[in-house]
Amino acid sequence: MIELNRINKSFNDKQVLFDVSGKFEKGRTNLIIGSSGTGKSVLLKSMVGLVQPDSGEVYYDGRDFTHGDKRLKTDVRREIGMLFQGGALFDSKNVEQNVMFPLDMLTSMPKDEKLDRVNTCLQMVGLENVNNKMPSEISGGMKKRVGIARAIVNNSRYLYCDEPNSGLDPQTSILIDNLIKDLTDELDITTIVVTHDMNSVMEIGEFVMFLYQGKKLWEGNNQTIFDCGVKELEDFIFANNLMRTVRKNR
Amino acid sequence: MFIGTLFSRREALKTYAKLTVDECIKIGYDSLFIIAIVSTFMGAVTTIQTAYNLVSPFIPDYVISLVVRDMTILEMSPTIMAIVFAGKVGSNIAGELGTMRITEQIDALEVMGINSASYLVLPKIVASLIMYPMLVVISAFLCIMGGYIAGTLTEVITGAEYSYGLRFEFIPYTVQFALTKSLVFAYLVTSISAYKGFYTSGGALEVGQASTSAVTNSCIAILVADYLLAQILL
Repeated sequence: MIELNRINKSFNDKQVLFDVSGKFEKGRTNLIIGSSGTGKSVLLKSMVGLVQPDSGEVYYDGRDFTHGDKRLKTDVRREIGMLFQGGALFDSKNVEQNVMFPLDMLTSMPKDEKLDRVNTCLQMVGLENVNNKMPSEISGGMKKRVGIARAIVNNSRYLYCDEPNSGLDPQTSILIDNLIKDLTDELDITTIVVTHDMNSVMEIGEFVMFLYQGKKLWEGNNQTIFDCGVKELEDFIFANNLMRTVRKNR
Repeated sequence: MFIGTLFSRREALKTYAKLTVDECIKIGYDSLFIIAIVSTFMGAVTTIQTAYNLVSPFIPDYVISLVVRDMTILEMSPTIMAIVFAGKVGSNIAGELGTMRITEQIDALEVMGINSASYLVLPKIVASLIMYPMLVVISAFLCIMGGYIAGTLTEVITGAEYSYGLRFEFIPYTVQFALTKSLVFAYLVTSISAYKGFYTSGGALEVGQASTSAVTNSCIAILVADYLLAQILL
């Protein structure tokens, strides 16, 4: 479980996060949603330690990550897998080397064992026979899958996904969403997805936290979101024609 | 502070060994062509121009190669090559790290619990410190050879005189001085370029700016260090 306790963050004089608290349970897909520029990515970066919050704490299964020493931070980070918006695959390495990278760096597994693990993870994300391809030779959707394979290869306990659907067509988006959900169930990990895609909310939103101008305005799930009673969230949900039609027909 | 982060929380030494070898190839071997071309022509031009300026019958011809030797060892091979090195290797380092930064590859390393500065920059600095002095030695050799070929082909100096001038009142300390300069310049170019690239923020435009800034700052640092080293060590 990942717990946030009153996270605040400012850049220069502009405060971007205001007392954000919440609990993200293990074994379910937790979504952080909100419009662009509302602080989702800053919150995510605060949670993984890429940004230091001004105040507040992030707990990983009771361990205070924010105020922990370097050793604790390194230990926790080694349990984290993260899918970045653009995949963040290493350009100079092929698919196999990218996925194997955390094993090379963080374990002393024999080469054969690492290769087996890499192939298993690539199979889990539905990729086969792409081991020798370079990141520049594969599609955006495949890059995301490789990114997910890299994130889970080291038996991560926590999986973060930053806008996993950005730049993907609707069908591939759903595939990626379902893949994240399946992996969360299968591996029993704590997954946090940052998105502004309502399709993802409806597809995999077992827990949803809504941020608006740096504040948490609502939390619930994809079953309760339509009856949230929060104007800002309703404006966000029903921003497009399709969702307005859905509301009309309810 | 940046250099300090390279040594804190570093990975196992064997991790760096392979990376350093890869960087040695990229930084050293891949720079050989440009270093060879520039050095050979620089030696040739220095010979011709020195001969053109030494018109007095009281000055023996071997002075031409003596001038080429001293200019090559003291200044051209360590310093001019460092400017070329900054243009090729410095811009490459800043561009590579800048692109890694804006495409979140550096963040990916950090999230994995890897000291990204140490993992990415330390092998480059070590490789540079190993390879650049070697490049300077090769450059000096080619520069002197370029002078020999140009001098004998144009008949401004005979081979025997050129060879005599090279050995005339040779001070071995100049080689030591050149190698000391090469180590300092290699460190400056790599660390400045890595710093500029590593802390790039924004997009493609900023990566280009980081590259330019890396080369400009490296060149200035080389010239300032060149003056200081000459003042202190000669």
